[in-house]
Amino acid sequence: MARKFTPKVVTANHLLEGDVIYFTADDRWTRNLCEAELIEDEAHADVRLLDANRDQSIVVGVYLADAIAGTNGPEPTHFREDFRRTGPSNYFHGKQAEAKV
Amino acid sequence: MYKYNEFDAAFLAERNAQFRAQVERRIDGSLTEDEFRPLRLMNGLYLQLHAYMLRVAIPYGTLSSDQMRQLALLAEKWDKGYGHFTTRQNIQYNWPKLPDVPDMLDALGEVGLHAIQTSGNTIRNVTADHFAGAAADELADPRPVAELLRQWSTDHPEFQFMPRKFKIAITGSPNDRAVTKAHDIGLRMVEKDGQIGFEVIVGGGLGRTPMVGKVINPFVTHEDLLPYLEAIVSVWNIEGRRDNKYKARIKITVHEQGLDTFRAKVEERFAVLKPQFGGFDQKLLAEIEQHFLPPAFKNDEVAGYQTAYDNDPVFRSWIDTNITAHKRDDHAIVTISIKQHGKTPGDASAEQMRLMAELADRFAYGELRISHEQNVILPHVHKSGLPELFKALKAADLGTANVGLVSDIIACPGMDYCALATARSIPIAQQIATRIEDLKIEHEVGELKIKISGCINACGHHHVGHIGILGLDRAGVENYQITLGGDHTENMVVGERAGPGFSYDQIVPAIERLILAYLDLRTSADERFIDAYRRVGPAPFKAALYPEAEAKANAA
Repeated sequence: MARKFTPKVVTANHLLEGDVIYFTADDRWTRNLCEAELIEDEAHADVRLLDANRDQSIVVGVYLADAIAGTNGPEPTHFREDFRRTGPSNYFHGKQAEAKV
Repeated sequence: MYKYNEFDAAFLAERNAQFRAQVERRIDGSLTEDEFRPLRLMNGLYLQLHAYMLRVAIPYGTLSSDQMRQLALLAEKWDKGYGHFTTRQNIQYNWPKLPDVPDMLDALGEVGLHAIQTSGNTIRNVTADHFAGAAADELADPRPVAELLRQWSTDHPEFQFMPRKFKIAITGSPNDRAVTKAHDIGLRMVEKDGQIGFEVIVGGGLGRTPMVGKVINPFVTHEDLLPYLEAIVSVWNIEGRRDNKYKARIKITVHEQGLDTFRAKVEERFAVLKPQFGGFDQKLLAEIEQHFLPPAFKNDEVAGYQTAYDNDPVFRSWIDTNITAHKRDDHAIVTISIKQHGKTPGDASAEQMRLMAELADRFAYGELRISHEQNVILPHVHKSGLPELFKALKAADLGTANVGLVSDIIACPGMDYCALATARSIPIAQQIATRIEDLKIEHEVGELKIKISGCINACGHHHVGHIGILGLDRAGVENYQITLGGDHTENMVVGERAGPGFSYDQIVPAIERLILAYLDLRTSADERFIDAYRRVGPAPFKAALYPEAEAKANAA
């Protein structure tokens, strides 16, 4: 039996900066997971993955990552995606630092 | 130290210019990522979790002070002010931006460094004993041959698209500090009938299928070495499993075919290759050897050093831990720990790199080394300079006296940076070091090698740690498996799994229990953790790790 589809966001890294980015419902790339489009339907996820992959000159390594609806938009369900949206734990670098600016 | 000739410099400049153009074409959209990826990997540029990562080779771990200063410049100008020294004697920059990378490579080229073949299915940076050319126990300096191998393997047309990556390590000392038995090819310089040659070890490796390398040939002469290695690599290049990434390394080829069958194929290929070499490599080696002559060792009094040693306990502690015997009595090999308790193993700030370069100029004839254990070495220091050197290091948080002890932990970047990782490594290393410092038992415990990997690929060498820690993802939660009894030396042993893994919160207390159990059961302070483990076996250590299972068994 096929596994039940779990909600996803489209994510990638920015070509120039390498920074983690997410695909929004209005076809933009954002640096904040909470602004990403949360995709609840598998067929729609496939289409959005194709849409995102068209931006080859902006992004690298597009994939679907599990997420759930939170109070302020999508949130990660796995610790890997949590690190990607935050930054490393040994230094205050990456997104966690940029958010403070 | 090897200085690039005109050919080397021109080759590197051309290669860097090519990559600059490739980056431009990727940015303007003429190249897709699928086209660009192999090109960037050929030049050491990875894409990691949060950013790009540039991996720069430090050939056989040897650096001049000028090169170290340039590494500092890169850290400051194009990264976040630090660099990470790795278990393969490379340095990694964790935050470069794609458009800056060509400038970084040009800056490296100015001092004879590059990032070529630090990734991809090629022959990687040739690593060597970090005490090469200095150690009292050394038979011969392996670095001229390591440099010959670097030149032979760099851009070797036959070896650019192999079944998988290929790693070579070399040591000139019977006490193996280069983990030669965990490499695709390991070379140990040995003496036979007054002649120095090479014991060639093949098929070692860590990763998901750890294997101890096997001696394919007990003695290969200098003249035969390059054609013999080319024969090994070319046989594997044809026969290695390209159908399955996880079975592609030479260790699997040798294991599947059997050493004798593989050796016969190598001998056959060697017979074809040997006449083609024609002796040029030996002429080149003779030239390279001139670059590795020892420095003009100075003569000076060592009385001041002895006085400081006798009167200053802090200095004495550092000397006892961080100094290794030099081939000259009046000199010492200094290991600078970049493992201050609570800090990231292997990281050095730009300021620290500059200071180490300056101290290398003042005290160590301008030479530095990087060890696979992620420390920095000043290979030749006259003992008269040690007190002043220590003072300067200490002031810059570089004077930690912990080399070879619990907190001198090897740790891969883990999930804090690495795209392949399944769990974090760095915070575990930081917490173990901090805890052992709080307990104030580190010097009492003595030599203990803890090695941590954040995934099965084993960049943190966990299989060969006295205590190995492997971070995994178990149903979406970080989980840490412990292995015991590993050994990274010439008597390499792959450690055995102790039992079920521990959660992120429980792994550090588990390691503490192991260490305390060892202190309880050792016969004397001279019996190291690994010796005690070999004497009593895993049972008492497992009992310490799993007290509940132990209590249940006792109640039953």
